[in-house]
Amino acid sequence: MVELSVLQQKFGNELTESSFRENRRIDVPASKLFEILSSLKSDHGFNTLIDLTAVDYLEYEGATDRFSVVYNLLDVFGGERLIVRTAVNLPDPKLPSVYSLWRSCDWMEREVYDMFGIEFVGHPDLRRILMPEEFAAFPLRKDYPLKGRGERHNFPVITRSGS
Amino acid sequence: MAVGLPENVFLTKLDAAASWARSNSMWPMPFATACCGIELMATAASRHDLARFGAEVMRFSPRQCDLLIVAGRVVMKMLPVLQRIWLQMPEPKWCISMGACACSGGVFDTYAVVQGVDRFIPVDMYVPGCPPRPEQLIAAVMDMQAKVRRTGTVMGTEFMARDTPMGPEPFEADERYRIQDANLVQLGGFSAAMTPAGMKRGAGNHG
Repeated sequence: MVELSVLQQKFGNELTESSFRENRRIDVPASKLFEILSSLKSDHGFNTLIDLTAVDYLEYEGATDRFSVVYNLLDVFGGERLIVRTAVNLPDPKLPSVYSLWRSCDWMEREVYDMFGIEFVGHPDLRRILMPEEFAAFPLRKDYPLKGRGERHNFPVITRSGS
Repeated sequence: MAVGLPENVFLTKLDAAASWARSNSMWPMPFATACCGIELMATAASRHDLARFGAEVMRFSPRQCDLLIVAGRVVMKMLPVLQRIWLQMPEPKWCISMGACACSGGVFDTYAVVQGVDRFIPVDMYVPGCPPRPEQLIAAVMDMQAKVRRTGTVMGTEFMARDTPMGPEPFEADERYRIQDANLVQLGGFSAAMTPAGMKRGAGNHG
């Protein structure tokens, strides 16, 4: 099991640990995210990225940052799981891509980019994955209305005599 | 009448004869995107047997179809595909909108789901239900046949009269307000949409 103190020794004291329902979670600063993740992979055996997602904390009680990006790691051989969370903010939400560490991040980073507009620098093919290419907004942001801004009505109408 | 008809010959109008033939051999184009598609398959399968109405020949090429059955919700990314399929179908052609989602968006009143395909393509018959039972779809097919027999012409001139979009207005009034408020939020002013007054207006209580 990877101890927080070991990581703190290596990467500084900003790292904090919390847990929820026996899931360990480590908060790391975005500037050190990539080195911490590569260290977790190479030194601590977390060889699988199970999930990568993001949370929008707009109007969340006690939140200090706008977005969190969450990495769920798994050590397949040891069975250990770890959640790494890092914060990003507007106006330029950017993070290094972990494509060079875990190839499984490919579509997940694209989805986070599609839904939250968080850019992953170094991703080989950062396009929208769910929404159409010409879609302009990021629909899972909390300030985006559930029913959209009218994009769903923006199509040509085919009449009976015209087809 | 001096004209004597030989046996097994009868007189009719060409329109009626063509419509009779068309209505009894409708070839559906199954555009199945959701659970309605399962009911559509059940309708075509042996228990309900759509073949009794001459509509069992599901073609997966729009070039060979004359009845488009939109079964399931259509999202923004799928709508251009649906429109293209509709345009590829040869005349004469008809369209059944099957299920709550295809007719109105159903429970999926979200940013990506088209709120009824009739806003963007012509629809002849609506089937309610979520999903509709096969009997309901069969009823729609039978009504469709009746409609074709009643209104059909050889040259398809009945379609020419339908030159206005048939769905509801693209934007309902309350939706315009919602979008306005949303754009205000985007510009940085939170107050408009977040206050109870803004919410109430968004819910359609205006005017």
